[in-house]
Amino acid sequence: MRIELEKRPNVSALFSILSPFIAFALTIVFGGIMFALLGKNPAAALYSFFVEPLSEVWSLHELAIKAAPLILIGVGLSVCFRSNNWNIGAEGQFIMGAIAGSILPVVFYDWQSPLVLPLMLVLGMIGGAIFAAIPAFLKAHMNTNEILTSLMLVYVAQLFLDWLVRGPWRNPQGMNFPETRTFGADAILPEMLVSGRTHWGFAFAIIAALLVWFMMRYTLRGFEITVLGQSERAGRFAGFSSRRMIWFSMLFSGALAGLAGISEVSGAIQQLRPVISPGYGFTAIIVAFLGRLNPLGIIAAGLVLALTYLGGEAAQLSIGVSDKVTRVFQGLLLFFVLSCDTLIHYRIRVVRERFAALKTDEAH
Amino acid sequence: MGIVEAILLSVITAATPLVLAAAGELVAERSGVLNLGVEGMMIMGAVCAFAATQLSGSPYIGVLAGIAAGALFSLLFGFLTLTLVANQVATGLALTLLGLGVSGMLGESFLGMQGIKLQPIAVPLLSQVPFIGPLLFRQDAIFYLSIAIVAGIHWFLFRTRSGLKLRAVGDSHGSAHALGVDVIRTRYLAVLFGGACAGLAGAQLSLVYTPQWVENMSAGRGWIALALVVFASWRPWRVVAGGYLFGAVSISQLHAQAFGIGIPSQFLSSLPYMATIVVLILISHNRRMTLINTPASLGKPFVPDR
Repeated sequence: MRIELEKRPNVSALFSILSPFIAFALTIVFGGIMFALLGKNPAAALYSFFVEPLSEVWSLHELAIKAAPLILIGVGLSVCFRSNNWNIGAEGQFIMGAIAGSILPVVFYDWQSPLVLPLMLVLGMIGGAIFAAIPAFLKAHMNTNEILTSLMLVYVAQLFLDWLVRGPWRNPQGMNFPETRTFGADAILPEMLVSGRTHWGFAFAIIAALLVWFMMRYTLRGFEITVLGQSERAGRFAGFSSRRMIWFSMLFSGALAGLAGISEVSGAIQQLRPVISPGYGFTAIIVAFLGRLNPLGIIAAGLVLALTYLGGEAAQLSIGVSDKVTRVFQGLLLFFVLSCDTLIHYRIRVVRERFAALKTDEAH
Repeated sequence: MGIVEAILLSVITAATPLVLAAAGELVAERSGVLNLGVEGMMIMGAVCAFAATQLSGSPYIGVLAGIAAGALFSLLFGFLTLTLVANQVATGLALTLLGLGVSGMLGESFLGMQGIKLQPIAVPLLSQVPFIGPLLFRQDAIFYLSIAIVAGIHWFLFRTRSGLKLRAVGDSHGSAHALGVDVIRTRYLAVLFGGACAGLAGAQLSLVYTPQWVENMSAGRGWIALALVVFASWRPWRVVAGGYLFGAVSISQLHAQAFGIGIPSQFLSSLPYMATIVVLILISHNRRMTLINTPASLGKPFVPDR
């Protein structure tokens, strides 16, 4: 038995829409099997993983809080991936954005002004963009692989944050805990709804997604991104510069990751700690692919992946499985998304070996 | 044993997993497959090796389990990228994310357990040679294997017919296919070999380097191994040179900390990652040289026409 692929004459519109749903369904089936292997009742486990977190108002707010950074980063990454620039260091840009934005409330904590918050957000974007500028420069001018450099910089950013909160930025009144002083009232991103904790970071995420959707669909820049991503050569004939595109896409995604970082710190945590992200920068890669690199799809995908974080916590409490299940679900989901995307471009046929041999004989 | 020997020994221990993982990835890349999942296969090897050792009591069973785990995990990558022609970069990332998740879950019940170390084997006579003996001939089985594997890869790639075919597949899969080489089969085997090597590298981490299970204990070594393949310009023996260079960098930070040099430990810990970036810049800034060395079909999907 063998699997053969047959190229479709046209991209299948049906599977373009269906494939993320098939992938999600397969993830749930496999997740159920996994829970059964762990000795849990699959139905109850899946219920507490995927449904329970949606049943109460406060947990919906938690969902929005977790979805905000995922959507913001994922939207930025979609521009990168579409233009064939593989920025996988968003986790580092997230951290550097958070650090740059925290300069005001941590170092200049005396300064109170309504300007503090907007400046923090701008600084966060600049911090993320500058950190993304390193792999951009190295790729555009030194021909260095951006996958490896951007990833290595994640470790550097994590260690830098660790040093800051244990060293120079440690809270002098903090009983020696490795954390900065808590942010003042001017430095906190306010809640956007009266019903709960969701902060304005979620609104930023939706706005960013809509803007990028508009850019990709209606502007020359969006066209340039698509063309250069599909064929650098064709892009050159059209007068587009792939070097400029490296800079644009990396700085853009870095800035959005930085904005996500400072929004998370100022909205949800309200101080810096050694670890400020449960891997948002990496999970956002899954978000980008599950959303099929489409900003509107990424909004939905961000909510789904945020659900896996909450589901892991809920399942740990209610049925006693490890919250590591979250990462397994996320990994499985990306695998199934990538497999199902094959259906968009190819027909899959399972061929029995004898029949295949006959066919090649005919061909000779 | 003098201080120099002690330092060199620790360099060798730190370098061995890098050499192994990079050597395996080199074979996969020579066949035209870019598997970014080295980190994931490595961590799966580490957790399975540790678990099997605990359950069976024998670290050698552990080594075999590590190899098997890495190989099995790489098959997943092979199925997606070779059979379903999924994007290699994204699939490699998926493999790493999944590996980190699954290993965290599998390893949870082994956290904090006292590990069983793979004991060194002294080579008769040679281990008595002063200086060199204790360094190179009183080592564990995985170290000997790492050298044998690199030598074997060199011999295979440049001295055998199958090696020539594998390189042909990596340089031009269309031509190789036209000449009757089974491109997909060759690539499956290369990916499988890469996975086995990464799994063995992982086993070294949890059985020799630090004989215990710690979550995310591969700490980016899989990614450094990927950089090493570029550094080595896809030549097996250069992987050894590069691996030992990186081993030395990562050990230097430990010794600098021990000597109490007044640099924050976080900066020293980031040295291997910074060194990787610097080395990548030095190696790749010459675009022509990079183009000459890189397997021409690297990362390109292949669908046989029928």
